[in-house]
Amino acid sequence: MEAAKLVMMANQIGKFFAAQRGADPVAAIANHLDKFWEPRMRAEIAAHLAAGGAGLDGPVRAAVGRLKEARPPGMGV
Amino acid sequence: MPLVLETDYGTPASASTEAVGLTIDGTRVTVPAGTSIMRAAMAAGIQVPKLCATDSVDAFGSCRLCLVEIAGRAGTPASCTTPVAAGMVVSTQTERLKQVRKGVMELYISDHPLDCLTCAANGDCELQDMAGAVGLREVRYGYAGENHLAEAKDESNPYFTFDPAKCIVCSRCVRACEEVQGTFALTIQGRGFESKVSAGMAERFIESECVSCGACVQACPTATLMEKTVIETGLPEHSVVTTCAYCGVGCNFKAEMRGEEVVRMVPAKDGKANHGHSCVKGRFAWGYANHRERILKPMMRERIDQPWREVSWDEAIGRVASEFKRLQQTHGVRSIGGITSSRCTNEETYLVQKLVRGGFGNNNIDTCARVCHSPTGYGLKATFGASAGTQDFDSVEQADVVIVIGANPTDAHPVFASRLKKRLRQGARLIVIDPRRIDLVRTPHVEAAHHLALRPGTNAAILNALAHTIVTEGLVNEAFIRERCDLSAFAHWAAFVSEPQNSPEAVGPVAGVSPDEIRGAARLFATGGNGAIYYGLGVTEHSQGSTAVMAIANLAMVTGNIGRPGVGVNPLRGQNNVQGSCDMGSFPHEFSGYRHVSDDGVRATFEELWGRPLDAEPGLRIVNMFDAALDGSFKGLYVQGEDILQSDPNTHHVVAALAAMECVVVQDLFLNETSSYAHVFLPGATFLEKDGTFTNAERRINRVRRVMAPRNGMADWEVTLAIGKAMGFEMSYGHPAEVMDEIARLTPSFAGVSYDLLDRVGSVQWPCNAAAPVGTPVMHAEAFQRGKGNFMITEYVPTDEKVGPRFPLLLTTGRILTQYNVGAQTRRTANIVWHEEDVLEIHPHDAEERGVRDGDWVRLDSRTGATTLRARVTDRVAPGVVYTTFHHPVTQANVVTTDYSDWATNCPEYKVTAVQVAPSNGPSDWQREYGEHARRNLRIAGAPVE
Repeated sequence: MEAAKLVMMANQIGKFFAAQRGADPVAAIANHLDKFWEPRMRAEIAAHLAAGGAGLDGPVRAAVGRLKEARPPGMGV
Repeated sequence: MPLVLETDYGTPASASTEAVGLTIDGTRVTVPAGTSIMRAAMAAGIQVPKLCATDSVDAFGSCRLCLVEIAGRAGTPASCTTPVAAGMVVSTQTERLKQVRKGVMELYISDHPLDCLTCAANGDCELQDMAGAVGLREVRYGYAGENHLAEAKDESNPYFTFDPAKCIVCSRCVRACEEVQGTFALTIQGRGFESKVSAGMAERFIESECVSCGACVQACPTATLMEKTVIETGLPEHSVVTTCAYCGVGCNFKAEMRGEEVVRMVPAKDGKANHGHSCVKGRFAWGYANHRERILKPMMRERIDQPWREVSWDEAIGRVASEFKRLQQTHGVRSIGGITSSRCTNEETYLVQKLVRGGFGNNNIDTCARVCHSPTGYGLKATFGASAGTQDFDSVEQADVVIVIGANPTDAHPVFASRLKKRLRQGARLIVIDPRRIDLVRTPHVEAAHHLALRPGTNAAILNALAHTIVTEGLVNEAFIRERCDLSAFAHWAAFVSEPQNSPEAVGPVAGVSPDEIRGAARLFATGGNGAIYYGLGVTEHSQGSTAVMAIANLAMVTGNIGRPGVGVNPLRGQNNVQGSCDMGSFPHEFSGYRHVSDDGVRATFEELWGRPLDAEPGLRIVNMFDAALDGSFKGLYVQGEDILQSDPNTHHVVAALAAMECVVVQDLFLNETSSYAHVFLPGATFLEKDGTFTNAERRINRVRRVMAPRNGMADWEVTLAIGKAMGFEMSYGHPAEVMDEIARLTPSFAGVSYDLLDRVGSVQWPCNAAAPVGTPVMHAEAFQRGKGNFMITEYVPTDEKVGPRFPLLLTTGRILTQYNVGAQTRRTANIVWHEEDVLEIHPHDAEERGVRDGDWVRLDSRTGATTLRARVTDRVAPGVVYTTFHHPVTQANVVTTDYSDWATNCPEYKVTAVQVAPSNGPSDWQREYGEHARRNLRIAGAPVE
């Protein structure tokens, strides 16, 4: 997937959680990405970060660094 | 079931809780105070003759047929206009009354054609019934005198006729138009003998303001207003009660049948969402089921540039399974997915998501609700803990102040709009927040107290400014917040909205709304009594859609408008089963009942019943599927009942994604636009051909009942089972009722739902379980679903879609009354006479600057594409804003919309596109190329060329 689009989407998410008060925005952003982004999207944004993370806002950059490793399909049990 | 004959009590029910006892024809009757004698008599099984009375409208007292005698009172008062009184003794049958009634009937019949045997209403005519009831045996006056028998029939409306020769001027149609529909299109023109029913200013129906809701036809006691289908076919002989398949109101209808032929659809009086009312779509626009373009046989082709080839079901299903298996073996388990439809039943959507999760082994399942109300699910879950509206539709009858934001109910949810207008005529106040001057802003006997005509894309800012006013002016409902809400979250939020950037004075210039108007609206909502908020896609389809939904929830909480009738947050769902398709686990991250796939305990219950290990990771959303298709990692798609090519944004992008896939399977009624990029076409069934349930915008689970066998040979749910079986994932059910039993077993909020319950009580609103055995009309009554109400900070973040010198105007899109969504159904009905093309609304100032006149062809350009359509010059839109609908594929409004989407859900930002408008003399390049492509898609090998 297009890295620029993922960066834009991640930064949008970051803006919302960065505005919340009394909560850790980095944890909230990472949680949102883990809960709603399909594994290949998470893998690609993580790869983008590993390649320098151009364009990622500060808290988003930190959140992407914390993303969980995806479990393989059909291996839920 | 036999023909359902509803009891007409003559006058509406009284809401009084005080009981009054009286005697009618020797029978003791007890009824609520305020009940008419006519209604009380009917409650006791005594039918007083009547013509001008019907229980959908207030008593009128004009026909003088329902006269009664009351002991101790002089004269013969009309039973419809006379309320009961304690101890009253009433006689409905005396010699005097018989003589009077016979005389009245004689006069009526003296000016009525005696063509009963050939009349379309023969056997269904109250005039005929009353002539029999009063024992009329002769008409002494003859026909030599003046009469109306030669009056011309108005056949201009495509669905019903108006025959003034048969009219008895009882005014039931006029009153139904006023009281039930609220359009005031009909009147009685003239006086005395010259009195006649008139549409508009003595116009033909088709040219008047009539919205063809059918209320007048239903109210008419004779054949004056009559469905053309009854004239052509004859009267029905049996009924099946079912649910409309158009918008999210979820009206119940009696499908009145002759054998397997639908004669007419009549709104059911005991329908809990519609109470006997309807709109032009549900009432009349069902003819698409028999349209000649309907596809009834499965079809396949190797490449999308080939003609279709009709094949057997076995061959088509076998091809789907073998292709999907091949793709997964080659490209991985997550390389295919499916899309459910909000037009299909709960049972069908449940099975498609089960097929994907269990059969495909991944969570690449999404629904068309993605592109409309996914932010509602996210926003309301975050604030209230439940992804659904809080009220039933009846709640509006107790609302005192209503905010309608980003919704156009008179066009998109007409039956609810009629109920809202009725409440507004009773004195409730209205605040409209919409860039466009929708009909509700000013319509007969309704005028909004405030219209905040905001700039598209500024909902969150305006909602914050309303909250700012309420908090800083001390209008907060502190008791409610102390008892019901998270106090820490409230404190953070109150501090945020109080900041100067959220004041009306700061927001006003950004949103293009006067600060005084914002403050006035906020004060009215906070202090005007029961406050209810109704919203639609004008809220959700933005890059801040979820933020705006949360801001609405904040507004309801801060004013204490949650948890009782008359208040609440009410998302108006666009399609019939948006709520249900979301409830059924159609989103890629959650199972039915909104439980995340990563929850090991929840997942284990599904794994145990389905006998398969399930993916613990969220799947791709529709828009992500397109992106993954373009990068080569997503190769196969099963789309049931959804036209993603016409309805999803940035058509060029969708086309490229579909073209990049190796197996696209479309299941639909017609060769829709998506099918032009499909390899397998599976014919679908209409709502008339299926059993199941729809869940409407008020969480009401309504039965859909089959009135005829599927014309394509297989029910939609059976097709999904066949695909599963061919892929080695056996799902075994004998009837959709068994699917619902499984849904109930796996979904706590549906635990009490069964077809047996629905057949007994009509419908229920979830949660329906041990705690609420017949459902929950109002949610969050004692506590929020999540415990304490959660105020979320809703900072306004302007969209990245900006106007500039190249694209100086903002396009926003919407719907029109007579068409539905992509128009696949309504374009194939006579509704086309009202809206045969999408047009572009443009303000006179913008039109003048561009040399555009009303009716001119214009080119609409954005950063993503261009289309052409006709201009309508109107001040309904503000300068700088243009508006169009998306019902016609020839226009393809989504060629110009963009990839921008809601931050939380990827719901597309349909409502804000920077565009330019210029005069044009022909279709855009895209329209030319796509038109040719779509035309080629209609080729079926061996089929005659038309």
